[in-house]
Amino acid sequence: MSYTNPPTTPRKSATFDDYTLSEIRRAATTGIYDIRGGGAKRKLPHFDDLLFLGASISRYPLEGYRERCGTDVVLGARFAKKPIELKIPITIAGMSFGSLSANAKEALGRGATAAGTSTTTGDGGMSTEERGQSKTLVYQYLPSRYGMNPEDLLKADAIEIVIGQGAKPGGGGMLLGQKITDRVAAMRTLPKGIDQRSASRHPDWTGPDDLEIKILELREITDWQTPIYVKVGGARPYYDVALAVKSGADVVVVDGMQGGTAATQEVFIENVGMPTLACIRPAVQALQELGMHRKVQLIVSGGIRNGADVAKALALGADAVSIGSAALVALGDNDPVYEDEYRALGTTAGAYDDWHEGRDPAGITTQDPDLMSRLDPVLAGRRLANYLKVMALEAQTIARACGKNHVHNLEPEDLCALTIEAAAMARVPLAGTNWIPGQGGF
Amino acid sequence: MPTVDLSVSPLRELNQALHGQKAGTNDTLWEIVNPRGSHAVAVGVAAPISIEIRGSVGYYCAGMNREASITVHGSAGPGVAENMMSGQVVVKGDASQYAGATGKGGLLVIEGNASSRCGISMKGIDIVVRGSIGHMSAFMGQAGNLIVCGDAGDALGDSIYEARLFVRGTVKSLGADCIEKDMRPEHLDIVQALLDRAGIADVTAAEFKRYGSARKLYNFNIDHADAYG
Repeated sequence: MSYTNPPTTPRKSATFDDYTLSEIRRAATTGIYDIRGGGAKRKLPHFDDLLFLGASISRYPLEGYRERCGTDVVLGARFAKKPIELKIPITIAGMSFGSLSANAKEALGRGATAAGTSTTTGDGGMSTEERGQSKTLVYQYLPSRYGMNPEDLLKADAIEIVIGQGAKPGGGGMLLGQKITDRVAAMRTLPKGIDQRSASRHPDWTGPDDLEIKILELREITDWQTPIYVKVGGARPYYDVALAVKSGADVVVVDGMQGGTAATQEVFIENVGMPTLACIRPAVQALQELGMHRKVQLIVSGGIRNGADVAKALALGADAVSIGSAALVALGDNDPVYEDEYRALGTTAGAYDDWHEGRDPAGITTQDPDLMSRLDPVLAGRRLANYLKVMALEAQTIARACGKNHVHNLEPEDLCALTIEAAAMARVPLAGTNWIPGQGGF
Repeated sequence: MPTVDLSVSPLRELNQALHGQKAGTNDTLWEIVNPRGSHAVAVGVAAPISIEIRGSVGYYCAGMNREASITVHGSAGPGVAENMMSGQVVVKGDASQYAGATGKGGLLVIEGNASSRCGISMKGIDIVVRGSIGHMSAFMGQAGNLIVCGDAGDALGDSIYEARLFVRGTVKSLGADCIEKDMRPEHLDIVQALLDRAGIADVTAAEFKRYGSARKLYNFNIDHADAYG
């Protein structure tokens, strides 16, 4: 009797999976690391790993469609004479003109205003389209100061000092030359067509003591009218929030690892920072220990997608959330209607992230006039308003089920966790237990 | 001439009064006494007025200035004339770090020395330093002119775009993508005009060397990766 070797099933490596192999080949071919937009794509512990404990006998729910559940929020009442008053606790995160088209910025302004919330500028400064359509506009004061203009500063309803963002705590950005058009170049004082390297740190201060004086300068320039936000990338939220409060911030924004970016290194996006879920409780703890919880407001961002995410962030102690990537999707980004064009770019609808190349078929992350014209700012603004209102309704629905007459009355006690990781990060019990694994995690 | 004594009047009142000045005001000359190192003195001024500050100031004096002529009769702390848009700021003494950082326009004159990061991220401002400047000056400088009558520290013009740097003395080292360039007639004219505006008469433009971008980092290329440090 003779034996022949039976055929075996080829086995691919879990370590060297297809994506990893393709990245090695791409690096070897191009000689540059992958630069892309968007946020972390790897699976991370997130709000999906938490569940709400609706009311039964031990808790008393409110009636949907009849009993009121408030969603309003006031931001920046600590020092500013004119704090921000919003109808919903969901704001639009900073996204730069230059990265986004003028039509996209206008649409963000239209949608946010219709929903009763604020928009935020970005590295490229304040565009007339955005200021014109945004009832409440937050002006970002960024390390690069590309679009910094004191006249615009005085037109802003709040100032956000950006120290970092979730996609790249400690990192700068890269806007490729294709998007540096005449208008973008003029706003940023850049030669047309060259790569823009954004600074990773502010050029004129180096630490929290300096930051305190920088905030004083901005307050003096704006006659103490305007709230000052401080935005940090989620990395050491306990200490960063404490220092932001010490420096005099009215509002602290913590942007977790799922937060997006216009363009930076893939290796950075996927390997630096902390999941949004892990950032909230240390941030809240810092505020509570300083006696500043609800006095200095906390905005949490990074991967917020629906009303459940909103409600969970608020239950963990945030005062509001901020959305960026989701807002772009609401406008029409990565819409399957452009599938053929996404395929021509070597990708597919839902995975397109080369926003820095300026070839966005949806006309959102581009400066190409023809592509831009595809985005109707009125219609896209309406889509965003619808989305924001749905998120607020969803959060209200959940809050009522937990017996709350305001979404800010949600609390960690309303939550349980599905996984040990989420229980530890959110500091809520694993479902069916009273076990909260681990403490600390600053 | 309004005189504000900062040992008596709060800073907030001073700045609000200065913000209230518009073109055509009768109060075209202001005097600020006893600044005693205060931060954010005369920030955000947006009127063609003259402000004489008698003494030394702390951080961010004359920050985001527009149109005003501000003179510090003393030394200035970090960030003097930060993000200036137009007008003129003169520091009779020395300036600390980040002088003229991210400035978009106007003229900053420092009659003494300036510390590190002078003109960092400058975007159109002209800066004239009678003395020397410290390290990392004009980092990522995009536009404008930096004239240094003395010496420059390490890493001058690191990652520079199109700012023009002129140094009369020695340069300890040049930063990434910054190189020495020829002084052409138009550069001599620029330097001489700025020296004249700064009231510096004992130095001539011919004594300066010019530094600027090699433009190798304008678009990323793996073969230039060493230049990124």
